[in-house]
Amino acid sequence: MTAGTERKPLTGAFRADGAAPTLGEYRKAGGYEGLRRALKEMKPGEVTKEVLASGLRGRGGAGFPTGKKWSFMPMGEKARHPKYYTCNADEMEPGSFKDRVLMEGNPHLLIEGMAIASYALEASTAVIFLRWAYHAARKRLERAIAEAYDGNFLGENIMGTDFSLRLHVHSSAGRYMCGEEATMMTALEGRRPFPRAKPPHLSVCGLWGKSTVNNNVETICNVPHIVKNGAAWYKGLSRTKEGGTKLYTMAGRVQRPGAWELPMGTTMRELLEEHAGGMREGYRFRAAIPGGASTEFVLKGHLDTKMDFDSMPESGSRLGTGTVVVLDDRTCPIGTTWSLMDFFSRESCGWCTPCREGLPWIARILEAIERGEGEPGDMDILREHCRDLGSGRTFCFLAPGAMEPLRSALRYFEDDFMRHIREKRCTYGRAGL
Amino acid sequence: MLTEEEKEEIRKSLKDVVHKREAVSDALKVVQRHRGWISGELPEVAEMLGMSPAEVDSIATFYSLIFRRPVGKHVILLCDSFCCWIMGYREVFEHLSTRLGVGFGETTEDGQFTLLPVCCIGACGVAPAMMVDEELYGDLTPEKIDSILEDYK
Repeated sequence: MTAGTERKPLTGAFRADGAAPTLGEYRKAGGYEGLRRALKEMKPGEVTKEVLASGLRGRGGAGFPTGKKWSFMPMGEKARHPKYYTCNADEMEPGSFKDRVLMEGNPHLLIEGMAIASYALEASTAVIFLRWAYHAARKRLERAIAEAYDGNFLGENIMGTDFSLRLHVHSSAGRYMCGEEATMMTALEGRRPFPRAKPPHLSVCGLWGKSTVNNNVETICNVPHIVKNGAAWYKGLSRTKEGGTKLYTMAGRVQRPGAWELPMGTTMRELLEEHAGGMREGYRFRAAIPGGASTEFVLKGHLDTKMDFDSMPESGSRLGTGTVVVLDDRTCPIGTTWSLMDFFSRESCGWCTPCREGLPWIARILEAIERGEGEPGDMDILREHCRDLGSGRTFCFLAPGAMEPLRSALRYFEDDFMRHIREKRCTYGRAGL
Repeated sequence: MLTEEEKEEIRKSLKDVVHKREAVSDALKVVQRHRGWISGELPEVAEMLGMSPAEVDSIATFYSLIFRRPVGKHVILLCDSFCCWIMGYREVFEHLSTRLGVGFGETTEDGQFTLLPVCCIGACGVAPAMMVDEELYGDLTPEKIDSILEDYK
């Protein structure tokens, strides 16, 4: 373990000049030691147990325990082979850019994590499902994959063992819907990417009808360090009982927008005041979306909530991806909410009626209110949609996810909504129109 | 008709995949890279991948970055996610739109630029942001946009 990765396993080996470390540099920083330990000293089930013991929870937004997800995979000779392992690197949720930072900053870390996970799950093929717009990440990943094949960290009989793995990048063509893991399988199979009914669970019937496990980029990047240094070390990195560090980001009208790897459970106040340097001159904090576009707004009173999966619900929101976007006091919250809903409306795949019909309706109402053409009854229609597009009413989580920021906007910005409707205009200087 | 070069590139994209049809979006991107957009090549692409033309069409019409209409020499993807919105997306859009004389989905008269919206381009730390072809540009201001456009003329 080097000093850089001791407290910051995800970003500690980043180069100061922003370039990706070569294989040689990565190995010098302790890279591929986790894979060596897994392959030479551990059985697949032991790797899963270590990950389970670490408390690692999925960093793609849902926070499901990673080791538990792995434990659903049918194992041993009775299991059907081949099995697949996929990495969700689609990252099209507005506000999120952490996975790009990781893939560009240290592509070998992701590759090593995928090799270890594939070993633990007995998968023989692994795929990185990458969003099309991430050209720099693709180039760096492809170079690192070639280096890993040359170094026998991928390919046949890795490090002289019986374990073989093929890994490739699938570059998508731009649809948020593909970030939903069952939809991602459909996309990888070269079909129009609609979601799939569950059950059967992906671990039973995933990619090409075979057992598949899918994890997010940041989740996977934690795995090499957990295997190399142990679950107890990993738990010790955190401020709360949830293990590890988190790659938090903050954007909006703050002094220094950016990404920082910090102990899990860091508060939003610390992000804002210490790392982002506070608000820009002339702006005040109004609210924030804590973890991508599908999480509820939080207010100033919630700034001291610990940002982990268990604590964030105290603020009425979720950790999601931990990528914070700050709304300042001079930007119209109605316009912001419209922008959010317009995104979800455009990205709905149209598979199920509530989402296909409801989201454009919501976006049109919000646009009308922002333009000064709102009606008093609009608030009721929006509230009805929050219920009708809520959890359990739609085929997948796209629409219920969209309702989270809308629900909180109707609650926290009600005065603004009413003023727009009453005065028939946007009351902010930069109206977005 | 697909050229030999296009066919060869499509065959290359089949190298790593488990089943040929996984490469359908890659194959469409190959054609798009050569021709700018996808017009009558669907049946040929379908045949190479063991799919029906209708299936390939259902892919080509789903993804926002597969173009079914002609585009300009350079494609500008302007991020309109809520983070860029907060950081002044509207001013950026108005400047770009006025400067180019086109709205979203349109191509400039000289065929140089097509302007398209894109959801979160993953550059929230430098919002507002846009991509021109494969290059990412952040912290956009009207002056910066002017100088970027000059580079592509």
